[in-house]
Amino acid sequence: MEKKVVHEELNFQRDDKMNLTMIPGKFARSMRTCLIWQFIRFVIINIKMIVVVGKSH
Amino acid sequence: MARVVVLGGGVAGHTTATFAAKWLGSQHEVVVVTPNSKWNWIPSNIWVGVGQMTKDEVTFDLAPVYQKAGIGFKQAKAVSINPEGNEGSNKPFVTIEYTGMGKTGQTENVEYDYLVNATGPKLNFAATPGLGDANGLGEFTVSVCTADHAVHANDELQKSIEKMKKGQRQKFLIGTGHGMCTCQGAAFEYIFNIEHELRKAGVRDMADMKWISNESFLGDFGMGGLHMKVGGYVVSSKLFAESLFAERGVDWLIGAHVNKVEAGKVHYELLDGSMGEEDFDFSMLIPPFAGVGLKAYNKTGEDITATVFAPNGFMKVDADYTPKPYAEWKASDWPRTYQNPSYKNMFAAGIAFAPPHIISKPMSSVNGTPINPTPPRTGMPSGIIGKAVAHSVCDLIQKGDKAHLHEASMAEMGAACVASAGKGVFSGTAAAMTVYPVVPDFEKYPGTGRDTDYTFGEIGLAGHWIKHILHYLFIYKAKLNPGWTLIPE
Ligand SMILES: Cc1cc2nc3c(=O)[nH]c(=O)nc-3n(C[C@H](O)[C@H](O)[C@H](O)COP(=O)(O)OP(=O)(O)OC[C@H]3O[C@@H](n4cnc5c(N)ncnc54)[C@H](O)[C@@H]3O)c2cc1C
Repeated sequence: MEKKVVHEELNFQRDDKMNLTMIPGKFARSMRTCLIWQFIRFVIINIKMIVVVGKSH
Repeated sequence: MARVVVLGGGVAGHTTATFAAKWLGSQHEVVVVTPNSKWNWIPSNIWVGVGQMTKDEVTFDLAPVYQKAGIGFKQAKAVSINPEGNEGSNKPFVTIEYTGMGKTGQTENVEYDYLVNATGPKLNFAATPGLGDANGLGEFTVSVCTADHAVHANDELQKSIEKMKKGQRQKFLIGTGHGMCTCQGAAFEYIFNIEHELRKAGVRDMADMKWISNESFLGDFGMGGLHMKVGGYVVSSKLFAESLFAERGVDWLIGAHVNKVEAGKVHYELLDGSMGEEDFDFSMLIPPFAGVGLKAYNKTGEDITATVFAPNGFMKVDADYTPKPYAEWKASDWPRTYQNPSYKNMFAAGIAFAPPHIISKPMSSVNGTPINPTPPRTGMPSGIIGKAVAHSVCDLIQKGDKAHLHEASMAEMGAACVASAGKGVFSGTAAAMTVYPVVPDFEKYPGTGRDTDYTFGEIGLAGHWIKHILHYLFIYKAKLNPGWTLIPE
């Protein structure tokens, strides 16, 4: 029988706690270090943080 | 000429002193009393603890900065406060003991018109047998709370990495060393930075990693957790924290009060009352925090420490300290001006002020042992409070006793936190988060206690870039380089 191993999903089997949570798949993981996407997020997060900092002073 | 004495040259005290000196000019005097000759950007100690930064990169000498700003500097620790003076004089003073400047061990009484206590936490290693004692960190675990601790932590980490390279499995146990700890965020950053470094070193498969903490759920962080809008849902930080632990293969044990540490082993009690043990080869456990133990005396020399300070050693301010059940806690319990109720010329800023109660839901084990995080007072609130206190003190001096005091309630201010999960310009990640407000206000936001338009979090390289930029930005600001006042706290 041919096995279908999805590397990102293996940790679900480590224990019950891990089995009951959500684990990011390949796409979500790759977006975390995708330079173009992260540059866009960098701009957005900075704007959000500046708004919160502004509301707090 | 009035004299403002600031105790503590950390995040809050440095902010207070530098703004007060700028606003008061040379007509008045600002003096900082702090035991270390160097300023430390504490958040980057995490990177020192994994060998990604040196001690010199996270610290700088305070003396030249204070000289440039016209601030008096005494490298000493405050020992006691006489807010009414003594039998010989009505002038309030603080007794200090030098720790450097060639006067180590000498004491001096420093008179003040206004006193700001920004002494931060005492790292109370002695609260847990084996974690340390009154002299500090013990021999079995490491810490990243100071730059020197972080250097030592990295030395031990490298030894573990070498052992793994030689084929010896290592167990890493990271978290909190007592049921009443705060600062889970720092331990969280450290465990994921270690995990990242182990992967880089090619030894991750030789490591068993476990988180141990006093939180009743992962992602509590001493703030009762937070809710964020993600993908059209509003979800608890618990889901995201658990997800990250599962993704990185880090096991977790929560609701744990570590009650004893031995060589290679911690003993703990859980919320269900059961007792357990956990082995380790490498362990970083955050100690509980207490006030630094300042004493206070009245004019006749009578001990009034209990009037000025709460039992945990933090200074009482304008909070509502009436004991009440969790259901009756309100945002308005939290202080606004940080003025001491007994002595109006004394303020406390940053971790040094006594919070009215914790933020997370109070929990204790079935045996009655309290196991819950105490409230965090992270960098941004500490800086904002420090600046508000500086503003109030300057107004009192320049406009007189009736001046309006500036307010900075943690129930009305947000915090931006960036928790590193690994360092690297292209491979690093960090959880960038904002919470608004820090202390939940269930009257104003009945659902989650917070404004979900301004409370968010996400993990990625962008967060790491922000964390790295903040490192340089805050050190630039703390050195009072040109434009420093434009950089927010
Ligand atoms: C490892 C670690 C990582 C962290 N990461 C983050 C982060 O990423 N983001 C964030 O927002 N916060 C972070 N924090 C929390 C942040 O460091 C604190 O919120 C902040 O330092 C509190 O400022 P403070 O001025 O109250 O105390 P401190 O910065 O601790 O300053 C207190 C000062 O008082 C001095 N002092 C002590 N005793 C005396 C005495 N008797 N007399 C005079 N002076 C005295 C101390 O030497 C020190 O200089 C982290 C904390 C740790 C430990």
